[in-house]
Amino acid sequence: MAMHGMRGLSIFISDVRNCHNKEQERSRVDKELGNIRNRFKKEKGLTPYDKKKYVWKMLYIYMLGYDVDFGHMEAVSLISAPKYPEKQVGYIVTSCLLNENHDFLRLAINTVRNDIIGRNETSQCLSLTLVGNIGGREFAESLAPDVQKLILSSSCRPLVRKKAALCLLRLFRKNPDVVNVEGWADRMAQLLDERDLGVLTASMSLLVSLVSNNHEAYWVCLPKCVKILERIARNQDVPQEYTYYGIPSPWLQVKTMRALQYFPTIEDPNTRRTLFEVLQRILMGTDVVKNVNKNNASHAVLFEALALVMHLDAEKEMLSQCVALLGKFIAVREPNIRYLGLENMTRMLIVADVQEIIKRHQAQIITSLKDPDISICRRALDLLYGMCDVTNAKDIVEELLQYLSSADFTMREELSLKAAILAEKFAPDLSWYVDVILQLIEKAGDFISDDIWFRVVQFVTNNDDLQPYAAAKAKEYLDKPAVHEKMVKVCAYILGEYSHLLARRPGCSPKEIFSIIHEKLPTVRTTTIPILLSAYAKILMHTQPPDQVLKNQIWAIFTKYESCIDAEIQQRAVEYFALSQKGAALMDILAEMPKFPERQSSLIKKAEDTEGDTAEQSAIKLRAQQQPSNALVVTDQRPANGAPPPVSVGHLSVVKAPNMNDTEDHNSTEQAPSQENGNISKVDPQPPSADLLSDLLGPLAIEAPPGAAVQYEHNAAPGLDGGPDAVDGLAIVPVAVETNTIQPIVNIAERFRALCLKDSGVLYEDPYIQIGIKAEWRAHHGRLVLFLGNKNTSPLISVQALILPPAHLKMELSLVPDAIPPRAQVQCPLEVVNLQPSRDIAVLDFSYKFGTDMVNVKLRLPAVLNKFLQPISVSAEEFFPQWRSLAGPPLKLQEVVRGVRPMALPEMANLLHSFGLMISQGLDPNPNNLVASTTFSSEKTHGMLCLVRIETDPADRTQLRMTLASGDPTLTFELKEFIKEQLVSIPTVHQAAPPALPAAPPTPQIPPNDPAALLAGLLS
Amino acid sequence: MIHFVLLISRQGKVRLTKWYSPYSQKERTKVIRELGGVILSRGPKLCNFVDWRGFKVVYKRYASLYFCMCIDQDDNELEVLEIIHHFVEILDRYFGSVCELDLIFNFHKAYYILDELLLAGELQESSKKTVARLIAAQDSLVETAKEQASSISNIIAQATK
Repeated sequence: MAMHGMRGLSIFISDVRNCHNKEQERSRVDKELGNIRNRFKKEKGLTPYDKKKYVWKMLYIYMLGYDVDFGHMEAVSLISAPKYPEKQVGYIVTSCLLNENHDFLRLAINTVRNDIIGRNETSQCLSLTLVGNIGGREFAESLAPDVQKLILSSSCRPLVRKKAALCLLRLFRKNPDVVNVEGWADRMAQLLDERDLGVLTASMSLLVSLVSNNHEAYWVCLPKCVKILERIARNQDVPQEYTYYGIPSPWLQVKTMRALQYFPTIEDPNTRRTLFEVLQRILMGTDVVKNVNKNNASHAVLFEALALVMHLDAEKEMLSQCVALLGKFIAVREPNIRYLGLENMTRMLIVADVQEIIKRHQAQIITSLKDPDISICRRALDLLYGMCDVTNAKDIVEELLQYLSSADFTMREELSLKAAILAEKFAPDLSWYVDVILQLIEKAGDFISDDIWFRVVQFVTNNDDLQPYAAAKAKEYLDKPAVHEKMVKVCAYILGEYSHLLARRPGCSPKEIFSIIHEKLPTVRTTTIPILLSAYAKILMHTQPPDQVLKNQIWAIFTKYESCIDAEIQQRAVEYFALSQKGAALMDILAEMPKFPERQSSLIKKAEDTEGDTAEQSAIKLRAQQQPSNALVVTDQRPANGAPPPVSVGHLSVVKAPNMNDTEDHNSTEQAPSQENGNISKVDPQPPSADLLSDLLGPLAIEAPPGAAVQYEHNAAPGLDGGPDAVDGLAIVPVAVETNTIQPIVNIAERFRALCLKDSGVLYEDPYIQIGIKAEWRAHHGRLVLFLGNKNTSPLISVQALILPPAHLKMELSLVPDAIPPRAQVQCPLEVVNLQPSRDIAVLDFSYKFGTDMVNVKLRLPAVLNKFLQPISVSAEEFFPQWRSLAGPPLKLQEVVRGVRPMALPEMANLLHSFGLMISQGLDPNPNNLVASTTFSSEKTHGMLCLVRIETDPADRTQLRMTLASGDPTLTFELKEFIKEQLVSIPTVHQAAPPALPAAPPTPQIPPNDPAALLAGLLS
Repeated sequence: MIHFVLLISRQGKVRLTKWYSPYSQKERTKVIRELGGVILSRGPKLCNFVDWRGFKVVYKRYASLYFCMCIDQDDNELEVLEIIHHFVEILDRYFGSVCELDLIFNFHKAYYILDELLLAGELQESSKKTVARLIAAQDSLVETAKEQASSISNIIAQATK
């Protein structure tokens, strides 16, 4: 072993190790960084050895977790060093320090390419390793052909070829198009004949990736995979050095079986038979042995074989063999095998006919649920959740409930959510469902999201038979001494609505019910008090004949809260007090809540989202949660807010009419009682199209219209105090304005629209701050600068800016200072990379504090789809072949759009032009039509040509037909939707629905040899 | 695929990191902090797999060091567990009964070896012998270069005497 140590490096490492505390370590590291920086600055005196040493030190420091923000250049430059030792260090350190998105990497691309195509084997290895580990799209495009050549080259040794194979795998992941070339499938098949197992293993990994993307192209590889499997697993024809604890290359076996799982079936009977023989042998011949590694390796193969058997629709006999094996595994002590047994049994649930056999193992699975290892619990929970049906729901849910109080804290939310869903899905009777949910709240109130109790309220409201039972239960729970706040909420709500149904039972007089509820009032938070007040008002209303004592008592409470600092409580108190003096009117207004429209449980959708982690969520996940949670706004959140009539306008109207101002809102407050909990479309002046709806509830909903929402922030409150669930609340309601008393002095929506079309301007302004934006766009990159200007003579503090990017944008905001000095402007650059076409919109969550005023706004950022469009003019000669080659969906999409804002053709042309579409005059023979072209840039599509044709009908300007074509299905769709959004007039959909006929404009008769006619023919 | 490899000591010190998926520096720090917390707090007789942010982390403790690899949800866990062991065996063979100190002072060696074992987040070589041979060849290349350099500097030194 050659240990050519570097003394300086060793000394430094010892120094760091000898530091007694973090402080010392930091100062030692800082000193070293200073030293390295200095040495790098006067590059002259640096020997290659020095350079190497310093670069290693940098990597070491980086590994310790310190920021190393310089010297990347030096590391990269070592790549082009003439001698191996330096080159090697350059390559390795670069691939550790940088990632594929780093700009410095571009500098090296030429050197790397030269090394790949050069004759020097060691340099080839180094460069392939770098590209394989951190190569990005740019590398994929410029290097893929060279790398492909190396894999197949007969003059290259295996060590180069295996690296080339995996390198190509990386490039394929970055850009599938570079590998999907003619003839590659045959070469891939040829590669599978390889005798060197290193190369074969690498090639198999490549194949797995390729077939997962497109199995059709690789059918030729299927029989070869079976042959390989036969050779290794059955004949054990493997060189000694490739056996691992006596098992012939377990990794290759696993990969081969993985590749086979991507082919839908195996048709050739011989191949099929051979494969099943091998699989049978693996299933039956794998024994448990003492040696851990041998055991692991053989079971890795076994589990992969199980997966393949499941995939192949094997005969029932073989499947039951599999289940039997899994049944054995879930009963063993060894945790890994048990974990995998449970996991694979869950996967097996999708295979028909075996559920019944799996059910026999229920008791065993429940034992694993209680395992001290949370990983195993999770798998057991998943399995129980998956195998639950009407026959075993009661048992399983009861087990889950029982386990809840002893479960690991990190699991409780998921556990209670799953229990709630199962209870709802498979409830033999609804009273049982109510019991389960109330027990859940009792046992794990902190982990119950609001959706769960909203849902139970919804059920009770919709089922008359259930109401007395629920009320009795609610009273029972509320009678207990220490009750969780969520329990208080749900019970108070139910008792408020339905306690009069119990009136004849002992201990259930309005007075007694009131005192049970009221006892809890001192213990609850302000967010719960409004619910209690509503309950009081309802009890009061139901008390017939009126009970003077009770009335006085309740009035006293209303009077007390009339001056409450919390606006929501205050408003309810004042209004209930006033209403309750109106006598008969009270009855109408506080009547029982109407039934909820039946909807699919949003809990189920939520379960899919909450899977796994519950702690922090990435912005992407957060976005994903918006969709399902929208349903909650409509259905589930209402009971909480809807109860008190005055605020029942709900957030929906707020969200939908962003420009609604305060006075309007007050007006609707007046009318509200009649429509409480009513159909949302009543609130909304016009029923919007589905698209519109999803748009409004989509990313847009995040943006708080501060003007409108200020008064009603507490609508949201019940949905917001749910701890981990708060994320949902965020997505649903304009939470941001909770404390905003400061109004914007510009129309935010209008500013945003304007900035979608131009690149600089004001995004937001209020009395204290102005946020301006300046943007530069180049292909799929964008650079925005946010100008934060303090308009005052005192500083703005606690400044925070957070970007919530949609999945398709990569955004990096530079550091935003915590405070902005008086009358100063700070600039914060924001880098944007567009990964793929999408209309989703990024949001800036911005907050600051001025004096005691906390302001928080959510602003849409104008990094929208059209920013990545570049007009391009296309001649007729270019246009037609393109248009023809992009035939039919999903690459070419056509749609008749109705409800278009009427505009003259030149106006429409201007509009399109402003979004970066180039209008090709005269390409279309029909003067009523427009043809336009553009290129769209994203990391996925690069500059991709998009062709647009719009056919208008001069007789009816409110409809048109649009045809979109591009080389990418998503792009076509997104661009189509985008243009549609621009053309459709959102505010004026008043007119009657256009005729149902897809009124395509008439195509004039033109001689067939006319290119224009050709176009028309293609289009129609 | 393997998204990253992480070696952490029982005290939470990072001994090696290798990222096969793009993570920014900030994300890297966060991942290490978070995973360190999850894995170091797990008891000794539990299974070697942890669910983590929609991924799975396969880990194994060797003496004072935790070897962790993050994989996709549906990857084969045991296969990766044995890749870890395979790596440890290769380190062991190279250093001769490897210990944490070897990896601290020769962390660069560990990187060389890892680069022969994994590439693009996939297993590259499953023969210990082949890896050992390749690393030895690299070492001797470096040695030769060093000797050449010193002999040249000798010549220069001689000449300028």
